[in-house]
Amino acid sequence: MSFNEKIRAMYVEQIEGIKDAGIFKQERFIHSAQAADIEVEFPAGSSLKKAINMCANNYLGLSSHPEVVKAAHEGLDTRGYGMSSVRFICGTQDIHQELERKVTEFLGTEDTILFPSCMDANAGVFEAILTDEDIMISDRLVHASIIDGIRLCSAMHDTFKHSNMIHLEKKLQLHADKRLKVVITDGVFSMDGDTAKLDEMVALCEKYDAMLFVDDSHATGFIGKTGRGTHEKCGVFGKIDIITTTFGKALGGASGGCVSGRKELVEMCRQKARPYLFSNTIAPVVVSGVLKVLDILFESTERRDKLEKNTAYWRKGLTEAGFVLKDGDTPIVPVMLFNAKLSQNISNDLYDEGIYAIGFFFPVVAKGQARIRTQISAGHEIHHLDKALSAFTKVGKKYDILGKTKQEIIEMYGL
Amino acid sequence: MEEIRDVVLEYVIEEYLEDEDEEINYETPLISGGIVDSFSMVSLKRFLEAQYKISIPDEKASPEAFDTVNSITALVREFIG
Repeated sequence: MSFNEKIRAMYVEQIEGIKDAGIFKQERFIHSAQAADIEVEFPAGSSLKKAINMCANNYLGLSSHPEVVKAAHEGLDTRGYGMSSVRFICGTQDIHQELERKVTEFLGTEDTILFPSCMDANAGVFEAILTDEDIMISDRLVHASIIDGIRLCSAMHDTFKHSNMIHLEKKLQLHADKRLKVVITDGVFSMDGDTAKLDEMVALCEKYDAMLFVDDSHATGFIGKTGRGTHEKCGVFGKIDIITTTFGKALGGASGGCVSGRKELVEMCRQKARPYLFSNTIAPVVVSGVLKVLDILFESTERRDKLEKNTAYWRKGLTEAGFVLKDGDTPIVPVMLFNAKLSQNISNDLYDEGIYAIGFFFPVVAKGQARIRTQISAGHEIHHLDKALSAFTKVGKKYDILGKTKQEIIEMYGL
Repeated sequence: MEEIRDVVLEYVIEEYLEDEDEEINYETPLISGGIVDSFSMVSLKRFLEAQYKISIPDEKASPEAFDTVNSITALVREFIG
């Protein structure tokens, strides 16, 4: 069947509908390496503009770190560009095994299996370890990739209210008759930057014989005093049954992810997880880069310590300026604006001031919860943060929202 | 009948509504109105089965049958007999 005019018109209408709804996503072209200082072409065709990046997942500032780039070059030279294979045919090199061993040690688990991305890890893990006799009980704010993984699994699914341990316990009681129970949460929630109560969740899982699954993508490398993740911060290191995480954020930011946890669960993924079985191995150049990142993190906590200081400085600055922030202590610092249009306008004005920070609104976050999600990096220096604070303050004054409460901002701009 | 209706309403409010949400009544569309996603119907079905010692076949637990407190009540009644 040809892509005729009728079909084209149908898609054009759908795309127009997305634009009319105000949720059309537009890429901004970055002409430099990922870092605190970037060069951006936006809108398309305009001349390059220097900006400070305040919205990358580059938490440890390792995306363009010279040692990581050098290690990646060496990997390229010694192990080649691609493997042209999935892992179990002829796509496993010594360095893939080495990375699995190192990640296991870093996360304090029993074993690890690499996936092309954490999206793939989350898509594959539940189907590999559960059947229709089992139940998955997930926090209502888990990442979209977990929801996709849950949908692909035949086990029953239920939810509990965000971080509500009383509700979780009720659900564990309601589903007590199921063969296997898995409680599912993010370690750090990506939109609000809050941390799961893993200590309480471990206790509940032990009480009701449930397994605990944590996606620690926004935590691995920097949360906890040696950066091992949310489980370290919550004092339950070694007690999480399944951790998924990404190499696409703090750990160099290229791509790739993993499932790490009880060795039998990892083995089940190796035998049955479809994104592992039917998708290419992680490229050697990326594996080599992540290995170097882990060496850097095993050697010193300097970068996560700097990130912690930067985050405290940034939160204090924004609070003193009079912005409404989401509570928390992670490098995800959402500046709450509530109104979608206001978040877009402020993002555009910040860009004019040389600050790259994106507005998030429905459907990415709930209606009436529009915000600019800022993300702090160890790659930021104090002068970056000071410049960004001064730009935020200038723009905040323009819209008269400094020192205003949530209610006052909603009264001024609506939801 | 009244009693079942109120038990269901109370459960839906406690289970699915957040503090800032509007109030609902017996005829508020829950699934088509976006208050309960079809994904979350499972907890409601399991709650009803445990509460009234009944078994609702999956084919009967349709989004339409679960769309209002009144329709859910009718479904429960059918299985209580």
